[in-house]
Amino acid sequence: MIEIKNLSKSFGDNHVLKNISVKFQRGKVNMIIGQSGSGKSVLAKCVVGLLKPDSGEVEYDNQDFIAMDLDEKIEVRKNIGMLFQGGALFDSMTVEENIMFPLTMFTDMKKSEMRDRANECLERVNLAGKNDLYPAETSGGMQKRIAIARAISMKPKYLFCDEPNSGLDPQTSIVIDNLIRDITEEMDITTVVISHDMNSVIEIGDYIMFIYKGENWWEGTSKEILSTKNQEINDFVYASEFMKTLKDKLA
Amino acid sequence: MGEIYYHIGRYSMLIFRVFSKPEKFSIYRKNFVQEIDKIGLSSIGIVSLMSTFIGVVIALQTASNIDSPLLPAYTVGFTVRQSIILEFSPTIIALILAGKVGSNIASEIGTMRVTEQIDALDIMGVNSAAYLILPKILAAIFIFPFLIIISMFLGIFGGMLISWITGIVTVNDYIYGIQYDFKPFSIVYAMIKTVVFAFVITTISSYFGYFSKGSALEVGRSSTAAVVYSSVFILLLNLILTQLILI
Ligand SMILES: Nc1ncnc2c1ncn2[C@@H]1O[C@H](COP(=O)(O)OP(=O)(O)OP(=O)(O)O)[C@@H](O)[C@H]1O
Ligand SMILES: [Mg+2]
Repeated sequence: MIEIKNLSKSFGDNHVLKNISVKFQRGKVNMIIGQSGSGKSVLAKCVVGLLKPDSGEVEYDNQDFIAMDLDEKIEVRKNIGMLFQGGALFDSMTVEENIMFPLTMFTDMKKSEMRDRANECLERVNLAGKNDLYPAETSGGMQKRIAIARAISMKPKYLFCDEPNSGLDPQTSIVIDNLIRDITEEMDITTVVISHDMNSVIEIGDYIMFIYKGENWWEGTSKEILSTKNQEINDFVYASEFMKTLKDKLA
Repeated sequence: MGEIYYHIGRYSMLIFRVFSKPEKFSIYRKNFVQEIDKIGLSSIGIVSLMSTFIGVVIALQTASNIDSPLLPAYTVGFTVRQSIILEFSPTIIALILAGKVGSNIASEIGTMRVTEQIDALDIMGVNSAAYLILPKILAAIFIFPFLIIISMFLGIFGGMLISWITGIVTVNDYIYGIQYDFKPFSIVYAMIKTVVFAFVITTISSYFGYFSKGSALEVGRSSTAAVVYSSVFILLLNLILTQLILI
């Protein structure tokens, strides 16, 4: 479980996050949604410690993360897997080396054991046999999946995904979504997914938080989000004609 | 003015992190070997070419300027040796390496920054500064002296070659010249400069790469800044070291 308490972050006069509090439960896909530029990525970066919040607390299973010193933070981070908005694979390494990288850095596994683990992870994301390609030789959708494989190679307790399906076709999107949901359930981890794709939200979101004007404007389940009377969230959810028709049909 | 202090502070903090607690020795060793190849071996070509030609030109220039019978023939060899060992090889070659190696380092690390690869390292709990920068510093400090020795050798050899081909002075006179009043300490002096410049080039370039932000355009800018600032610091430190060591 990850708990965020009263977290605020500004860049100069730009108050991006204001007093955000939320709980992300274990074994669930927790979603952060909101308009572009609303501060979703900034929130995720504050939570994992890539940015320093101005005030507030972040707790990983009741341990205060912000107050930790660097060594303690590193211990927590070894349990965090993160999928970046752009994939962030290491260009200079093959797919297999990318996945094995955290293992070589932090475990004493033998080369053959690491290979087995890499193969397992690749199979899990349906990319068996792509071990020796370089990231530049793979497609955008494959890169996302490789990044997921790398994120789960250390068997993390917490998984962050920043827009896992941006730039992907609807079918590939669904493959990635399902992958994230299945991994969350199988490994019983706390997953946080940032998205603006309503499809994914309805499909895999167990718990949803909507950021608006830097605040935690609304939170609830995917059922609740379709029926809420909250004006701002309706504007967001029913922005597309498709969702509007869907709503009318449901009503 | 405040900006200078900001850069100095941030640079010092980065260097401090680079030298604190490497994770796993075996990985650093592997990267060190790779960097030696990238930073050192790939520069042998340009260093050799430049050094030979400069040796040739210094010999020709000196010969054409000493028509006076008062100056002995060995002046050519002597002048080539002094210029090459004291300034050309350690300083000018360092400037050239600042251009080649410095821009390379800044753009490599800068690209990793803007594509969030450095964030990915940090999230995994890797000390990204040490992981990326330490092998480069150590590799440069290790391999630059070899490059400079090669440069010295080829520069002096170039002068001899052109003397032999054109007959401006006899090869014997040239060889006498390069041995004349030779102080082995000048090699030590050149090596001290080389090691300092290796540190300057790799750390300044890494600094600009590491703190790139934004887009690919910004990476280009970091890479230019890396070359400019490395060069300026090489010139400044050259002055200071010459003052300290030779005078
Ligand atoms: N490093 C930074 N320095 C200054 N301002 C920043 C920085 N990172 C983000 N911002 C600002 O914070 C705000 C929120 O950015 P953020 O990247 O979190 O948006 P987002 O919700 O993830 O958007 P998107 O859906 O487009 O990815 C923006 O106004 C942005 O300009
Ligand atoms: Mg974002």
